[in-house]
Amino acid sequence: METQTMTTTQSSGVDNEANDQLLNELVSHLRSNRKDLTEAWVTRVTLEKLLSVMTSEEISSELTAVYENYVGALETGSVETLQAYARDLSERIIPRGVETREVVGIVLLLRDVLARSLFVKYVHDGELLNRILDAYEPAANRIAVTVGVSFVEERERVIREQQESIRELSTPVLQVRERLLILPIIGVLDSQRARQLTEQLLSAIQTNRAKVVVVDITGVATIDLKVANHLFHTVEASRLMGASVIVTGLSSKIAQTLVDLDVDLSMIRTVGDLQGGLEEAERVMGYRSAATDSADA
Amino acid sequence: MSVLISRQGDYLVASIVSDLSDSQVVALRAELIHKVGKLRSRGVIVDVGGLDVIDSFVARSLRSIALTVRLRGAETVVVGIQPDVAIAMVQFDLDLHPIHAALDLDEAFLLLEHWIEGNREDGR
Repeated sequence: METQTMTTTQSSGVDNEANDQLLNELVSHLRSNRKDLTEAWVTRVTLEKLLSVMTSEEISSELTAVYENYVGALETGSVETLQAYARDLSERIIPRGVETREVVGIVLLLRDVLARSLFVKYVHDGELLNRILDAYEPAANRIAVTVGVSFVEERERVIREQQESIRELSTPVLQVRERLLILPIIGVLDSQRARQLTEQLLSAIQTNRAKVVVVDITGVATIDLKVANHLFHTVEASRLMGASVIVTGLSSKIAQTLVDLDVDLSMIRTVGDLQGGLEEAERVMGYRSAATDSADA
Repeated sequence: MSVLISRQGDYLVASIVSDLSDSQVVALRAELIHKVGKLRSRGVIVDVGGLDVIDSFVARSLRSIALTVRLRGAETVVVGIQPDVAIAMVQFDLDLHPIHAALDLDEAFLLLEHWIEGNREDGR
């Protein structure tokens, strides 16, 4: 964006109409040399090992299409078609693991290839070359930004969707038997998820009249101070609802991390694995039902 | 009156029906402690089901009720904490461990029964 404004200021002396005329000349040059320029571009892309997940035919056909859209955007000054195409292309190549670096790389290569061809064509007339580049550069920069941003936006959209589905999938509260719940936690615990998980667990405790909850964190890969605090809050809030919590599945790595972080988990009842946790839960429930019996008697 | 204190055998039940002012909370604590001694109660149940919000002052007061009642020889159980309230309470960075909790009155009676039973077996 900065480059754009800078170049515009430089070319502010140039009359708009003259600018359009130059762009038209530029576009017809790019149209008539379409084949050579596309090939040069494809060669550069292949040499730089960009888009390595795609076959050379795919690269060639995609890049030809991008070229057409690129020239179209130069001609009309509107990036909307190109933007739509870039989105569509991103949607196709993101699942194949194409990275932002590569997309920005190929757009910049096209800019280089075209600028060089302009240089070769107008090398005899420095004055004209300057004016042509003044007209070309802002448009080209705008296009490069558009393509890069479209790609990143598309990728962010994909990531958002995935996060959403992970969030929906990941927090089932299961009833194992009367008044005993299991909460298996899988994946990353962030503040938002921890809160959602706590809310779900607490309302499940209320509706199932749960006495014991086994929280299994076998599926949690790493833990830090924040996550440990979330866990602590979940356990404490459950206790305030009248349910005892047993935490199971602390890996040796997590156990070491917690000790190194100096987290005091002595208030939390922990058992090695889920099986042990269920056995412990039955023991806790057992004395409850014994208490119930003696109350009935 | 926003608090009803009634006697159920060995236990005292305090039902908080609507939000309390700070001075009412202080008065509740004084009255509970007084009655525990006078009625020789073994347990105190505080029902907060009527509260939509428990602020840090009320949470602190519940904690101090539990600690003081214990000094007078009885146990305290808080019942009826709503999910939202529980989430809010754990954010106060207050040691809530002296507060025992149960889902409802039935559970609270069972819990107290069990403790008193256990204490007798311990010979206390």
